Amino acid sequence: MAEQRIKGYQTGTYVVGNRLLDPEERSVQARMDRSNTLTSGHRACRGCGEALGARYALDAAMRATGGRLIAANATGCLEVFSTPFPESSWQLPWIHSLFGNAPAVASGMAAAMKVKGRDDVRVIGQAGDGGTVDIGFACLSGMFERNDDVLFVCYDNQGYMNTGVQRSGATPPAARTANTKPVGSEPGNVFGQGKNVPLIAMAHGIPYVATATVAEPRDLEAKVERAMGMRGARYIHAFVPCPLGWGSASEDTIRLARLAKETGLFPVFEAEHGEITEVSRIRRRRPVTEYLELQKRFAHLFSPTENRPVLDRIQADADRNIARFGLLGGAGEE
Amino acid sequence: MEKPFAITLDVGSSLANKTGTWRTDRAVYVDRLPPCNHACPAGEAVQAWLYEAEEGGEGYERAWRRIVADNPFPAIMGRVCYHPCETACNRGQLDEAVGINSVERFLGDLAIERGWRLPEPGSDTGKRVLVVGAGPSGLAAAYFLRLLGHGVTIREAEPAAGGMMRWGIPRYRLPRDVLDAEVNRIIDLGVELETGVGVTDAEAALEDGFDAAFLAVGAQIGKRAYIPAGTAARMLDAVTMLHGVEAGERPLLGRRVAVYGGGDTAMDAARTAKRLGASDAVVVYRRTREQMPAHEVELEEASEEGVRMRWLSTIKRADEGRLTLERMELDETGFPQPTGELEELDADAVVLALGQECDLSLVEGVPGIDVEDGVVDVGSELMTGRPGIFAGGDMVPAERSVTVAVGHGHRAAGAIDAWLRGEEPTEVAEPELASFETLNTWYYADADRMHRPRLDAVRRQDNFDEVVAGHDDETALFEARRCMSCGNCFSCDNCFGVCPDNAVIKLGRPGERYEIDLDFCKGCGICVAECPSGAIQMVPEQI
Repeated sequence: MAEQRIKGYQTGTYVVGNRLLDPEERSVQARMDRSNTLTSGHRACRGCGEALGARYALDAAMRATGGRLIAANATGCLEVFSTPFPESSWQLPWIHSLFGNAPAVASGMAAAMKVKGRDDVRVIGQAGDGGTVDIGFACLSGMFERNDDVLFVCYDNQGYMNTGVQRSGATPPAARTANTKPVGSEPGNVFGQGKNVPLIAMAHGIPYVATATVAEPRDLEAKVERAMGMRGARYIHAFVPCPLGWGSASEDTIRLARLAKETGLFPVFEAEHGEITEVSRIRRRRPVTEYLELQKRFAHLFSPTENRPVLDRIQADADRNIARFGLLGGAGEE
Repeated sequence: MEKPFAITLDVGSSLANKTGTWRTDRAVYVDRLPPCNHACPAGEAVQAWLYEAEEGGEGYERAWRRIVADNPFPAIMGRVCYHPCETACNRGQLDEAVGINSVERFLGDLAIERGWRLPEPGSDTGKRVLVVGAGPSGLAAAYFLRLLGHGVTIREAEPAAGGMMRWGIPRYRLPRDVLDAEVNRIIDLGVELETGVGVTDAEAALEDGFDAAFLAVGAQIGKRAYIPAGTAARMLDAVTMLHGVEAGERPLLGRRVAVYGGGDTAMDAARTAKRLGASDAVVVYRRTREQMPAHEVELEEASEEGVRMRWLSTIKRADEGRLTLERMELDETGFPQPTGELEELDADAVVLALGQECDLSLVEGVPGIDVEDGVVDVGSELMTGRPGIFAGGDMVPAERSVTVAVGHGHRAAGAIDAWLRGEEPTEVAEPELASFETLNTWYYADADRMHRPRLDAVRRQDNFDEVVAGHDDETALFEARRCMSCGNCFSCDNCFGVCPDNAVIKLGRPGERYEIDLDFCKGCGICVAECPSGAIQMVPEQI
């Protein structure tokens, strides 16, 4: 929670709203006049984290830009569930691109606005982790390198979910997917680097990079607002649990996002021009097993017998994040 | 309409797609019973009045009005109640229970300071009710009966109203200006108070033109125990001693005082003895500290003031200036057994605090009224076997405390009202308890409890000044806001924010909460899981 520490108000900064707060201090999501950029009737699964993350991010961007916003959207869950022809759930100008070229389309939109002299109209590009870290990566890197005036948001649910849950460059080690079966001596996805796109984005030295989760809407909103206050290439990587692909209960979506941060598996931070400027510290540190147990994609680590070596490796990854990003020392940490 | 190449359909909104049809469970807003409300012997809606107090400013008066809907003594409660609400408070499982008692006192004191008035009496019903005893139970009954429009006369044997709140609880726990303010506020509602008028025959008193009576004479008689004593040994009982002090007497206690017993009255007697100049006050109790009926806070404050404790001891004999004690030992059932080991304790006086009994002579011979184990038998509605005569407080079987007594007064008033109208009292079904497990405590801010300051022990030695100070506006507000609002919506907007389908409607007008949009709710349950206070429940759809 890097933003808006509100003390002595029963729930502080943690809930969406708070009747005791001045309306201006409440989150965008607490407002009855929020844009609902992704409105009801979309066909996302029950408890979809991506639908939630997209509404959080775009509603905040709409408010930050006074509604002058266009979105480019890669193919993926977010596009498939929101726009089955002829219906659309989007309540903003929205352009569907190919799977791999959303950042390039967004760059083009920004260039077009510049040509038309409309510097008041801002551009957002968005995609899932497949469209960002794998298929769209070249276009994304190019957009960063040219410092095009685009905020690109990746909704990371750690796999290709709408095509049947295949692994992506963002799938975590040991996770079961359709093509990383829990068989053999090293079950599930391989232990590797994966692709840490927030760090890669930082390596481009772009003005702004941030990570966030759907468990902390205020934090996500503040980051979008900050990003929209800047020009040039900006990148936000939002962690969005997927009940379908992860085999988790639909009501656990936010709990999982919270645990991803509180275990240290998903570090939440902000960076400007390649340097980390703010880290959201862990409030109540939890062991990784508490996060993994809730997901069937990790069930093979717990039954028929507990796979301690693999669990220890995952815990070691979390501990490495904690040390690397300095995630301890938060308020109320137990 | 002419459409572009390859386009055959108009653009539509997904709002046409009613995803509510996917649902197998639905989210339903509920009001669960908060544990504080559940535990309150006076039936206060604790969570509800804290909710108002959380707002501060204008909210304080609304909070106070919510309290006096169930209990007319917030300032007294905030001092003498042993707050079972705090023992039950779910926050106790998170860090430390909410200081409900301290907020109640703050509100009660604020009401006295600002002169807030109790609600107006109801329109006159023409019925008259006799209340015997102006203690907490009788006064509470009188208050609620007046609100219901009945005429009330209280007959009180003592020269002033208050009962044990005046004659039993010392001033350092309950200053008399506070007591008077809250008692007078009730009398001002048109209650006829006759002091110095004891009732010796309830049946005959009822004949005086009353339609019903509520008896609440309390337990005024200190229990005695047989202790072999020399002629010069000085012995008195705690009730008489405390009564005497309140009446302005200074009982002759000497320098060294032993108090026999382990209840709150024993603590009060020992602490009072200290204030009257005893250099040494020792409480002699035959069991252990764990078994002692006195409340922890009483023991703590007594110890701070230098009161010493002799556990597992009985008094075998009292002589002038000296007691013979026998050491006790607990048997396997936890009962103390004599060991035969004797020791001596210097004491100029022995104060007996071995419990109290009721003077029930007023119901002797009243047909239908049964007395069992020294208390009057009553039904669930507090009516005795004599129709129209009700009883409450210390004289009926229940825990004996001011708060329990107030609860009896409240309940009896409702029952008397129903009886006068010839109706059955209405039973209200209790909602499900809001357990700790139904909460999502992640959302509550880390906030350590604010404790009320206590007078330095050295400043309590020779006076009856109030020991515990009150909160100021800032600390009271902070403490109120530690409430987790268990089981009840407190408008945090979380459900409205976390729904991936925009299927929670925020009504937005004051006092209105949220509604589930069943056209689009897919039944994912996120709102239920992320509701901090457990005020939403998943219910299977009837298919």
